[in-house]
Amino acid sequence: MNHSAERSLSTYLTGFVLAVLLTAIPFALVWGGLLAGSAVYAVIAVAAVLQVIVHLVFFLHIDLKSTPAENLFFLAFAAVLIFIMVGGSLWIMMDLHHRMQ
Amino acid sequence: MLGRLTVEALPFYSWVAMGGAAVTVGGGIAVFLLITWLRAWKVLWTDWLTSVDHKKIGIMYVVLALVMLVRGFVDALMMRAQQAFSLNSEGYLPPEHFEQIFSSHGTIMIFFVAMPFLTGLINIIVPQQIGARDVAFPFLNSVSLWMTAAGAALVLISLVVGKFSQAGWTGYPPYSGVEYSPGVGVDYWLWALITSGVGSTLSGINFIVTIVKNRCPGMTFMRMPMFTWTTLCISILIAFSFPALTVVAGQLTLDRTLGFHFFTNGDGGNMMMFANLLWIWGHPEVYILILPAFGIFSEVVATFSRKRLFGYTSLVYATACIALLSFTVWLHHFFTMGSSANVNAIFGIATMIIAVPTGVKIFDWLFTMYKGRIEFHPSMVYTIGFMVTFVIGGVTGVLLALPPADYLMHNSTFLVAHFHNMLIPGALFGYFAGLNYWFPKAFGFKLDTKWGIRSFWCWIIGFYLAFMPLYVLGFKGMSRRMEHYADPTWQPYLIVAAIGALFVLCGIACIAIQLYVSARKWGSARDITGDPWNGRTLEWATSSPPAPYNFAVLPEVTDIDAFHDMKILGQAYQPPQHYEDIVMPKNTWIGPALGALAFALGFAFVWYIWWLVALCFVLSLVCVGIRASDDNSEFVLPAAEVARIERERLAQISPADMHDMHDYVPRGAASGAPLTGTV
Repeated sequence: MNHSAERSLSTYLTGFVLAVLLTAIPFALVWGGLLAGSAVYAVIAVAAVLQVIVHLVFFLHIDLKSTPAENLFFLAFAAVLIFIMVGGSLWIMMDLHHRMQ
Repeated sequence: MLGRLTVEALPFYSWVAMGGAAVTVGGGIAVFLLITWLRAWKVLWTDWLTSVDHKKIGIMYVVLALVMLVRGFVDALMMRAQQAFSLNSEGYLPPEHFEQIFSSHGTIMIFFVAMPFLTGLINIIVPQQIGARDVAFPFLNSVSLWMTAAGAALVLISLVVGKFSQAGWTGYPPYSGVEYSPGVGVDYWLWALITSGVGSTLSGINFIVTIVKNRCPGMTFMRMPMFTWTTLCISILIAFSFPALTVVAGQLTLDRTLGFHFFTNGDGGNMMMFANLLWIWGHPEVYILILPAFGIFSEVVATFSRKRLFGYTSLVYATACIALLSFTVWLHHFFTMGSSANVNAIFGIATMIIAVPTGVKIFDWLFTMYKGRIEFHPSMVYTIGFMVTFVIGGVTGVLLALPPADYLMHNSTFLVAHFHNMLIPGALFGYFAGLNYWFPKAFGFKLDTKWGIRSFWCWIIGFYLAFMPLYVLGFKGMSRRMEHYADPTWQPYLIVAAIGALFVLCGIACIAIQLYVSARKWGSARDITGDPWNGRTLEWATSSPPAPYNFAVLPEVTDIDAFHDMKILGQAYQPPQHYEDIVMPKNTWIGPALGALAFALGFAFVWYIWWLVALCFVLSLVCVGIRASDDNSEFVLPAAEVARIERERLAQISPADMHDMHDYVPRGAASGAPLTGTV
């Protein structure tokens, strides 16, 4: 009991540190003007996706072994849908942007 | 104190608007007086409004849908009347009023007729079909209902205080932005959408959890009835697509109220993003409306053809395919926005692909009917009418899926005819079939079949008369939403369409008469066994109307068509070995209170009454706090009481009431026994 409580505390702390780091990096980049152009967008996007994964793993305790297959299936389905929605929107809006120039 | 709400908001500026307001207020007063005269306030409050019973919530959803159907249909009738007369003249409606009417017609029919109708039917039936005692979150269910009702109330009150949106039911900016629509109309539209959208999202989550977690023993996914399958699929669609609607409506609200620039012309706004986000919700929404109707048709066609559903597995996969594909076609709603050929082609092809699983379903239903002993019950007649008519709509849909053809026909009455051709036979006929099919389950007596058949004929004749001319007019170049026009060759078609609307009016009247006549002869059409149609699925195993706990003992399932098998094996209507205590949720006033607060919050936002916004927000939080700290939200129905209810029910059923199952006992290869002559 004590052991698992300690372990979960360390999990939460690791997750917290990672989450803070992944928040600080994009802020620092934009605030300090360290990067410019599309590189900033790329870094922010990658940090955001990592942030989601950190939350799922460290706070919601989802992993490939102990989480029931059903839940993983729904999560994968959600990921596919988000990919379709976000990817599709980006594709459509980029295409329009390109044709407006 | 009252924001921008002044006495000028009252509709004294036009006779038509005043008439609408008078009917709305008069209807409200009439209902109030009727309830007072019946001394039904206490019963209404304690047994219905505060109820968390899924069957009662379902019935209230359907009542809301039927009331709003009448309201939305009056709009349709007014539009048809206007266009029948307005050749080279103003007709009887000024443009700004006509615009409000087509905006409210679309908004009401989608959000406050179709959505509550299907949610109501799902609520009444799905827990019983999966052998559950209730939904996963009964209190959340009550909140969903009252959020939807609050949205409907916002649309209704816009008729009396202020005006409704003039920007169409899709409300595209920049026209719906504050620059071109400074009034309260678009705000009413937005808050109605946001409020009812919250309700729909919660319902979707509730039914995902109910179906995944609450199935009775033995009910694997591939043994669930088709209606439950379609419900699971659309609940997932709701959970993933409604957030897009909430976000886009929230962004437009920020634009309008706080001066943001998401969708404005200048300052970095991008109005194309609005169309994109709206249809990311909007296309799955089409399938959210139609798939439950497909589920109803599947149940009806199997029951009234007296056969097992043909191709159950293919129907399940077709449903799942449609659900996934429905997220990949949204751009076909704005082919003409200016995307490149590649983008349009991909979405056009995806759109055509969706027709394939839909076609699979049509063939499955036809094969279910093949060599069946078909009984022409109203719900079956609606199903056959659907199959014939829906195919026409599907064909015009595939035509519109071709981007070059869409460039010619977009925004024309051809499009109007197409989507009505999908939603009236595809969705509404399904709900009516469900109404006729499941009414005895909800109320304990059957609906009159004569008036049911009459309503069907009025609806289908009215549908063809009203919308086939619009297909022709679309080819002739008439765009949608025209207040008046100058081409005299259009008028005959529009007069035929108006006559069609009158037939539909007769269809609605027939449904009202059907309900009245059936209620009058309640005793003679009573459903004693709980299984009036010799049904196949588990909802027919409960009494009609079901006991609050549905099943005294949870059933065990070994195949699809569980109740059909029980009847053949003689296991139906058998008292169990012993009864158990059943834990039930208590009724609560928090659901209706949250609904009322959501309505007031929306109203206050529309009129900029900021103190009321703050007050409603705080009170909502207080309600949530009270509910969260209530540890006494359930009660125990003792086993003795359950035994009394069940014994009373079983004592009423005599063998003469039961269906003769001899014809259904499998013979030959179907029985699984070795055939004669084989070794």
